[in-house]
Amino acid sequence: MSQVTMTVNGKTASGAIEGRTLLSQFLRDSLKLTGTHVGCDTGQCGACVVHVNGQAVKSCNMLAAEAEGAVVETIEGQAAPDGSLNTLQQAFQDHHGLQCGFCTPGMVMSAAALLKDNPKPTEAEIRAYLSGNLCRCTGYHNIVKAIMAASGQDVSAIAAE
Amino acid sequence: MPKDHGIGASPKRREDVRFLTGNGNYTDDINIHGQAYVHFLRSDVAHATINRIDTSAAEAMPGVVKIFTGDDFAEVGGVPCGWQVTDRFGEPMQEPRHPVIAHGKIKHVGEIVAAVVADSLDQARDAAEAIELDLDELPAVVDMKAALAEGATKIHDELTSNLCYDWGFVEENKEAVNKAFDEAAHVTSLELVNQRLVANPMEARVAIGDYSRSSDEYTLHTTSQNPHVIRLLMGAFVLGIPEHKLRVVAPDVGGGFGTKIFHYAEEAFCTFAAKACNRPVKWSSTRSEAFMSDAQGRDHVTKIELALDAENNFTAIRTDTHANMGAYLSTFASSVPTWLHGTLMAGNYKTPLIYVNVKAVFTNTVPVDAYRGAGRPEATFQLERVIDKAARELGVDPIALRRQNFITEFPYATPVAVEYDTGDYHGTMDKLEALADFGGFAARRAESEKAGKLRGLGVNCYIEACGIAPSALVGQLGARAGLYDAATVRVNATGSISVMVGAHSHGQGHETTFPQVVAEMIGIDESMVDIVHGDTGRIPFGMGTYGSRSIAVCGSAMVRATEKVIAKAKKIAAHLMEASDADIELKDGQFTVAGTDKSVAWGDVTLTAYVPHNYPLEDIEPGLEETAFYDPANFTYPAGAYACEVEVDPETGKVSIERFSAADDFGNIINPMIVDGQVHGGIGQGIGQALLENCVYDGDGQLLSASYMDYAMPRADDVPFYAVDHSSQTPCTHNPLGVKGCGEAGAIGSPPAVVNAVIDALRSAGHDVTHIDMPMSPARVWAAMNP
Repeated sequence: MSQVTMTVNGKTASGAIEGRTLLSQFLRDSLKLTGTHVGCDTGQCGACVVHVNGQAVKSCNMLAAEAEGAVVETIEGQAAPDGSLNTLQQAFQDHHGLQCGFCTPGMVMSAAALLKDNPKPTEAEIRAYLSGNLCRCTGYHNIVKAIMAASGQDVSAIAAE
Repeated sequence: MPKDHGIGASPKRREDVRFLTGNGNYTDDINIHGQAYVHFLRSDVAHATINRIDTSAAEAMPGVVKIFTGDDFAEVGGVPCGWQVTDRFGEPMQEPRHPVIAHGKIKHVGEIVAAVVADSLDQARDAAEAIELDLDELPAVVDMKAALAEGATKIHDELTSNLCYDWGFVEENKEAVNKAFDEAAHVTSLELVNQRLVANPMEARVAIGDYSRSSDEYTLHTTSQNPHVIRLLMGAFVLGIPEHKLRVVAPDVGGGFGTKIFHYAEEAFCTFAAKACNRPVKWSSTRSEAFMSDAQGRDHVTKIELALDAENNFTAIRTDTHANMGAYLSTFASSVPTWLHGTLMAGNYKTPLIYVNVKAVFTNTVPVDAYRGAGRPEATFQLERVIDKAARELGVDPIALRRQNFITEFPYATPVAVEYDTGDYHGTMDKLEALADFGGFAARRAESEKAGKLRGLGVNCYIEACGIAPSALVGQLGARAGLYDAATVRVNATGSISVMVGAHSHGQGHETTFPQVVAEMIGIDESMVDIVHGDTGRIPFGMGTYGSRSIAVCGSAMVRATEKVIAKAKKIAAHLMEASDADIELKDGQFTVAGTDKSVAWGDVTLTAYVPHNYPLEDIEPGLEETAFYDPANFTYPAGAYACEVEVDPETGKVSIERFSAADDFGNIINPMIVDGQVHGGIGQGIGQALLENCVYDGDGQLLSASYMDYAMPRADDVPFYAVDHSSQTPCTHNPLGVKGCGEAGAIGSPPAVVNAVIDALRSAGHDVTHIDMPMSPARVWAAMNP
């Protein structure tokens, strides 16, 4: 066992890890930040996406030890301290961009990274960017719509309803 | 102006806030003090005799608490099947024992061979590697027809063959159907495969068993769509634990799609092991395990024939299906290819004679059971593909052929045992024609052709039987359970309400929609109503969520319980206002005496119920809480018409979905936003089946598609925006809300539309293609164009 220390959602966090401990395990098991989900074991589903030093990262594909000294942001750190949702989270609720909620933390973290780099992405850019995040409930329609809305685009004309 | 609250409004989902902030409470987020972890050693061969399992080295490994093998479960029950199908000769289906841990023989890849419980998951995994297995491999039986051939290796020693049942429906119609084919002016036939799928909810299964020595009570936390069903199946049939000593909790569940209906060996294991180890025992499935242990879906091989007269009226349908059960019978496996499939073969059409034959077959593969739609997608796919083929053979418009044969009079008794209460198939098709802009298709095709692409338009209709199900009817058909549901409306002293519902929400938004109904009935704010679900310790009873039944069955129970509450509340209000309860009206949360200005508020009445100082104690009891069980009189019959436009790249065979339109009739609708979302999700899964997904075993029974590297899940860039419309509404005639259910429609209605579109595209370029099996991968489409 060894010690790892990082900044998670603005607070210093440290804990004992094995060499094989994944960042996702450290967040969930040691820090009890269970909003980060694990939906597969091959780095395909994206439910575990967090930000490490400003980059979207699949936390199941990174060892906790590699995050030594890093700045990590998870879904738990996205809302304001009073609990109010940020623009992207609010757009997911407004446009019914989630159903069972399991992929949602990864979707929100991926979308946040996209909008940071590309503040007004096209539909095609959003769909391409999200190809590393699987959702089984929504057929992606309302997720894409929510991200377009969060970026200030008019979504009223998208398909019916 | 759309409503802003109550039935028909689309309030934002209240459950979203916790999911969007990482505060959901999924089973894997739960940890119980002192818990141990189990790792299952799963078979990597499909069929073998177990000679010996040597656990001695593993038992000496650090942290190991206990190692279990099949011997430890020899005295407990097998995992049960909930539906007894009777074959065409009047005999019961063959039903093998399904052990919690393989005993004597291994029958599919992924079957549990041993279970290691240790202080940490890593220790359990490490120790499992030290278990030595001495196996004699046996030939694997994978192909269904080979499984039934003379001399085939038998999977279950206690059965006479690999045939589970040979089912004929309706057997008495068989000769009349054959005669209709002899007399037909035209017969169209088609052989097709409805490929095996993996449901793949994004949350893999988790189970935590817990046992209290002080109270002799067990608790199972599990990822289930129906905790009471698990309590019954596991308690009564596997472990012999009476219901009052067993609590099953299914908290936030990350999607189900059918595969979390069933009772699984891992649940029984964790519950059993918690007592044996005197510690809570937790199992969290990896995705790789999920591919090998979650019940899979579909896997039908079918020949369908359609007979038509000289005027193109459908006169008869005859089908011959082989349905793969896998190695064991999962909870509802036997009902899917029979009563959820054969009864839907009439579709939207007035075909007078139908005969369905299904041979259910055991193979050395993971068990197969209900997956979104369950039997109804298989029925729709066959029917709508053969109708499209018939239209081409006859040179008639495929929509016109459908319209000509639509059922138009309701109620309509089909020749396959069900009676549709209501519908308007022409009206729904009219909606589709407008929504999908058929008029603009020729111009869009010309544009695609200019870009070197082939464009196709495919249409289909569907009918489904939802609101599962009338208990007396399903009992006659072999169900070993009733399929009613229950709700308790508990009104608190200050007027707030907790509704304990038997339905389980795992994405469907019940926490938002169910309160819309209760709040509207009473006339109070929706925020005063919460539902409680997913815990046998907190809700009286319930049969859970599947078969698009939640609002139609459990919602009806909730309405009935609310009506009882209102009736009692009116008596209290009448007493307070010194009036007759027959004269009391309830509107906007106020009780008034008809024709007067006397009124009392909802909160005054509820407080009086619990502080009965001025109360008719001689007539009614204090308190305000009512329970109702609701057993539906019939299934509900949602129906719809779907259209898909594809572009096919003639160089590569790659198909892209350009437009997808869905017109559905779900009867009355509680929350349009949520209904749209349900349809979107179903279409996404249907497109996945049509183009991408395929669960593949090789000849040795090895599962080749056991991860997301190999099993192609639909991604955001595989699908378009969908146009959906549910303004065609014929309310259900036999439940109080007039609702039909919407959860499965998209998955049922979409695959044939996509296939019909691809065939249309290829034929537009002169390719003489009549069918391509799903998934229509670029390789398959290219091969169809380059025979």
